[in-house]
Amino acid sequence: MAQHQNHGGHHSHGSMKEYVIGFILSIVLTIIPLVLVMNPILSKTATVISILVMAVLQFVIQLVFFMHIREGEKPRYNVQTLILGLVIVFTIVAGSLWIMLFNKY
Amino acid sequence: MWENIKDFASTFFVTGDPLIYGADVSIVLTIIAILFVLTKYKKWGWLWREWLTTVDHKRIGIMYLIASLLMLFRGGVDALLMRVQLAFPNVEFLHSDHYNAIFTTHGTIMILFMAMPMMFALFNMVVPLQLGARDVAYPFLNALSFWLFMLGAMLFNLSFVIGGSPDAGWLSYPPLSQNEFSPGPGQNFYIWGIQISGIGSLATGINFIVTILKMRAPGMKLSKMPLFSWSVLSSCIMIIFAFPILTVTLALLFLDRFAGAHFFTMDGGGNPMMYLNLIWMWGHPEVYIVVVPAFGIFSEIVATFSRKKIFGYKSMVWAMMIIAVVSFFTWAHHFFTMGTSASVIAFFAISTMIVGIPTGVKVFNWLFTMYRGRISFKQPMLWTIAFIPCFVIGGATGVMLAVAPADYQYHNSYFLVAHFHQVLIGGVVFGYLAGIYYWWPKLFGFKLDEKLGKWGFWFWNIGFYVCFMPQYALGFMGMTRRYYTYGWDRGWADLNLVSTVGAFMMGIGFIFQVWQIAYSIKHGERDTTGDPWNGRTLEWSIPSPAPFYNFAVVPQVKELDDWWETKEAKANGTYKEQPAKLEPIHMPKNSGIPFIMSNFWFLVGFGFTFGWVWMAVIGFIGVFACMWARSFQYDTDYYVPVEEVRRTEASLGRVV
Ligand code: HEM
Ligand SMILES: [Cu+2]
Repeated sequence: MAQHQNHGGHHSHGSMKEYVIGFILSIVLTIIPLVLVMNPILSKTATVISILVMAVLQFVIQLVFFMHIREGEKPRYNVQTLILGLVIVFTIVAGSLWIMLFNKY
Repeated sequence: MWENIKDFASTFFVTGDPLIYGADVSIVLTIIAILFVLTKYKKWGWLWREWLTTVDHKRIGIMYLIASLLMLFRGGVDALLMRVQLAFPNVEFLHSDHYNAIFTTHGTIMILFMAMPMMFALFNMVVPLQLGARDVAYPFLNALSFWLFMLGAMLFNLSFVIGGSPDAGWLSYPPLSQNEFSPGPGQNFYIWGIQISGIGSLATGINFIVTILKMRAPGMKLSKMPLFSWSVLSSCIMIIFAFPILTVTLALLFLDRFAGAHFFTMDGGGNPMMYLNLIWMWGHPEVYIVVVPAFGIFSEIVATFSRKKIFGYKSMVWAMMIIAVVSFFTWAHHFFTMGTSASVIAFFAISTMIVGIPTGVKVFNWLFTMYRGRISFKQPMLWTIAFIPCFVIGGATGVMLAVAPADYQYHNSYFLVAHFHQVLIGGVVFGYLAGIYYWWPKLFGFKLDEKLGKWGFWFWNIGFYVCFMPQYALGFMGMTRRYYTYGWDRGWADLNLVSTVGAFMMGIGFIFQVWQIAYSIKHGERDTTGDPWNGRTLEWSIPSPAPFYNFAVVPQVKELDDWWETKEAKANGTYKEQPAKLEPIHMPKNSGIPFIMSNFWFLVGFGFTFGWVWMAVIGFIGVFACMWARSFQYDTDYYVPVEEVRRTEASLGRVV
């Protein structure tokens, strides 16, 4: 099959160094929210917001260091799909809030 | 001891209904017959080597097709049972509980276990051939998808004789589907049957997107890709974004039921309405997932049988791509009556009407393609022509439903029932049947008999209108869906009787089609040319039935409708023969892992259904063992030597 034929001479997916950096960063981003929740130093809103920020950063780290979003042949189907995916995720979250919050009043 | 067993059996097996005992007997007899035949003719090895372990997309397609026809039968029987119950007022044929179970299994089976696999059958039977590829991008994953679907479907169907069927509607809304109102395993069968086959659907979506983007024959730019493949791309884009929503929603419902969570409960901060919101985010794209490939099929058929290039190729492609995106922005039209702000309702009413526009564009393109074409009314074309008016009416009633204030009248009435059957039967079923008639010779090497087919066609078509037109009226007369009986005073009796007659006509149509297949296996017109319809796309350039490697030499594509252009060039004498050089063909090896792994998934599902965690754990261990084993398999492919290719082609009457 074609994908087998492509195997030879493929560029390697990232280096050891990249993986280690990614791993450390994602662990740090996991520990920070944990600490914030275990020792409530910030106000409730601030804690929630910082958890969300960490989550988004975590997502970016995964994409860059493990999913190799920067690599790949043109056309960049992976990036196109990712963008559509983000649009739909946004719709799911924002749309649900928009529809459902009305029932709270 | 004996008492215990008896106790267990009487709750484990469904008892007390003669219909079910009849089914039990026939199931047991069928299984014995199958086992007997396989053993007597020593076919076990053949079954394992040629079918259970195959990774060939054509065989997987055939298995999907068989499964979907069986499910069409089961869903159809459910439908007829319901119509018998409703034929007259105050009928005492089905009890209310039984009726609830039947409309639930009917809906679930028809969408998830009939339409989806029939669609996957067509994907598998056609897409690689149309692209000039030798298989899909991930043949192993493809087999896994099929077996996950199959075992998921079997798990769901098992509920009929073991444990009891789900009975909370095809979308299983809470709070009805929660433990409080639906104790027992029925709902769990629903959740796990769909979850397991859903993993398969998601994988198929990924598989075909990659196949279409990466495996096209050299020269076939996306702008030269046949429209059916485009429709598959559109459908698969919706699959990969919609199915995860379904998986998550059902997983949350399962947590509510199994672990006492409060996502959709009435108390503890849960909100049942959130379930509706989430499930329709999958549900609306889902109806387009199944209908867009039908659009693709019609586009191929209209062009072939009008002997013309499709009118407005580019606008067709755009229409399908726009549908793929816009269909994610309309879901709330399914619960306008839930109550939310005016701006929400306005937004979703307008977005719903907007999806109608690309659909309308497509209808005009088909009509313009037929205009001044030399149309031949073969079976595929008949179904296509029948589809157009049917779907136009379905779309129009859809737009009526989208008018939110009016929807307070229509919602959950028989008007709604008529609408979605019109688009699902007139669009999806007619489309897939057209596709099956069209591509059947490519897979099996013979055509399906025209005469019996026409009987089937007319029974289906007339039956359809007789069955569903009265339901629009019944909706206006106040009959809501899911009634299991009604009194004489309602004035619904005549129309319901008419509707039941129509349903039976469609049943007769189906019998004609089964007869047609059986008859044609022996007597059908053999396809010796590989191009029985004077086709336009690559799949018609190879012999029928297609050899396992599809193309002896990978074609070089220059045009849209490349095969048609080649034939024209040959006829004009302008065709330049390209020296074709045979090379060893790289093919994937068969594997038993997809089948075995899916069986372990079945154990997982069955275990959770009855709350037997130990069984689910065994299942999960098996699943991981299979994944482990597969990751260390390196010997997964081989080369077909040139000699064998030459021999195979010669046996099909071709010299290379
Ligand atoms: C122009 C096209 C369409 C429009 C404007 C439209 C609009 C609607 C609306 C507004 C509803 C909700 C009505 C209610 O619950 O009161 C609905 C229900 C439904 N539609 Fe359509 N629709 C369209 C095409 C389709 C297609 C192509 C399919 C399937 C292939 C489909 C399948 C369904 C189903 C299954 C339901 C009902 C599901 C349920 O409540 O169980 N529709 N449609
Ligand atoms: Cu919808």
